[in-house]
Amino acid sequence: MTTIFGVPTQALFGQLLLGLINGSFYAILSLGLAIIFGLLNIINFAHGALYMMGAFVAWMLLTYVGLGYWWALGLAPLVVGVFGIVLERVLIARLYKLDHLYGLLLTFGLALIIQGLFRNQYGVSGLPYAIPAELSGGQRLPFMFLPNYRAWVVVASLTVCIATWLVIEKTKLGAYLRAATENPTLVQAFGVNVPLFLTLTYGFGVALAGFAGVLAAPIYSVNPNMGADIIIVVFAVVVIGGMGSIIGSVITGFALGLVEGLTKVFYPEASATVIFVIMVLVLLVKPAGLFGRTA
Amino acid sequence: MADTAALDAAPIAAALPTRRDDKALHRLIFVGIAVLLIVAPLVLYPVYLMKVLCFALFALAFNLLLGYGGLLSFGHAAYFGMASYLCAYTAKSLGFSPELAILSGTATAALFGLVFGALAIRRQGIYFSMITLALAQMAFFFSLQAKFTGGEDGIQAVPRGNLFGVLSLADDRAMYGFVCVIFMAGMLLIYRIIHSPFGQVLKAIRDNEPRAISLGYRASQYKLAVFVLSATLAGLAGSTKAIVFQLASLTDVHWSMSGEVVLMTLVGGMGTVFGPIVGALVIVTMETYLAQFGAWVTIIQGCVFVMCVLLFREGIVGLIAKVIRKPL
Repeated sequence: MTTIFGVPTQALFGQLLLGLINGSFYAILSLGLAIIFGLLNIINFAHGALYMMGAFVAWMLLTYVGLGYWWALGLAPLVVGVFGIVLERVLIARLYKLDHLYGLLLTFGLALIIQGLFRNQYGVSGLPYAIPAELSGGQRLPFMFLPNYRAWVVVASLTVCIATWLVIEKTKLGAYLRAATENPTLVQAFGVNVPLFLTLTYGFGVALAGFAGVLAAPIYSVNPNMGADIIIVVFAVVVIGGMGSIIGSVITGFALGLVEGLTKVFYPEASATVIFVIMVLVLLVKPAGLFGRTA
Repeated sequence: MADTAALDAAPIAAALPTRRDDKALHRLIFVGIAVLLIVAPLVLYPVYLMKVLCFALFALAFNLLLGYGGLLSFGHAAYFGMASYLCAYTAKSLGFSPELAILSGTATAALFGLVFGALAIRRQGIYFSMITLALAQMAFFFSLQAKFTGGEDGIQAVPRGNLFGVLSLADDRAMYGFVCVIFMAGMLLIYRIIHSPFGQVLKAIRDNEPRAISLGYRASQYKLAVFVLSATLAGLAGSTKAIVFQLASLTDVHWSMSGEVVLMTLVGGMGTVFGPIVGALVIVTMETYLAQFGAWVTIIQGCVFVMCVLLFREGIVGLIAKVIRKPL
């Protein structure tokens, strides 16, 4: 068997793939956080809870309605997005004139409520969600075995991230969005309905979280705590990348997933903390984050 | 600018400067609290009271940072929890007497506060909160993996020991007396810090950092100092809790503990002297009565968070202060 640095290639590439998968979720989640933060100036603590909700909606669609994975991939983000729009209209919109920190506190409370409700209903043991038939099995590559579903997760999340980036950077809608991020008052004066923009942006940002949740459902079991654990790591990813750049948060997400995978191979004890350690290093060297602008 | 702006509940204290008769009122309240502490064990269960006092001190320490420094740390469980681990470890495995164990736990929290604080104050506003949360999560994973913390079991059956080698704390009444002394000392120290020249500069930085800097104050040194003070006092609370309950566990370092102390401060009133005590009383009581309902505790906590942020930003004591037009 071939080895690299004393590690069997099979294990190395296996962990790298796993890292890439985790990186996909970090990328989609931090992208959503960055978009919401850019326009609404709040950090959405409920992002993890809504990611979990996406996975649960997929599970419910299958269990109660009988709609499979592909339906869930379209419907779950829609449900989560609409839920987010309601949250924004009813609760979050009341805080725009206050300090950003209140937004953090409010969404933290919302995360507790959403998580608590699902925990009450479904317990904490986790519910299985099968890989769709079209994507079961895998490819035997010369250096490793590649499960089809995992390849699909990486491709799907990359596609969504790039599509989002294209919409924001290259379309008229995206131009409005960027303008509203820079100077909402002026954009409003030009006749653009900025409050509507805020609502739709929040809805879209959390719909991305819901989409990530559906992708995650067959890999990790569907569990009320799945969002709480990942959101803190995503916060660290956001601090490392800086929220100034859309593409920056995507690159940072994938890269940190890979680093985490590599750590699992060479020094497994540190794999849970490596991202936080990198955050510390980045804060020491480049406090504004790798892609951040210094204020 | 918005990043450094104070929370809008805080200026209540700033708008009403502390005058001499206010200080007399505060002195009266301190005496009232002392009397209550003496009378309370006649009516209430001492272990419940000790729990309230530990969390009240924790919330007071947290409020020192949030209410007067304007810094929202979302990782205060790290100092509370790491201190409780070190205190439990030195008391159980090294045979320290309770006062030395508490001291070593508190010193640990100070050290963590210094390192984490120095990193976190490099960013402001929302980033500051995220960094403190991420650093605390690192402390959590460390506690989960390190040998001396006992992993999922925590450190159990910590001996209460003999205070100064003489007075046994095994009896709840003796323990209660000791906790009362620590609590009063901590509370008076925080009161002193808030009203010292250092505290005044701190409030100036909270309200307008660029202006304070232009006046020649080194804002980041003041921020670091208050961060370390807050972490140290949080560690004092965590260490005391470890001795009282003879247990240090992962619950104390988990992010939900950080959330809880934010909630206590929010409910009682950010930036008020006495608010965190009331908040701790309310939240601990709520949890004690709701413990049987399992996950509903989390849901109700979340609802209290949402309601406080939307409708009740002054908190209980903040509201009273507004009605009687005196800083509390």
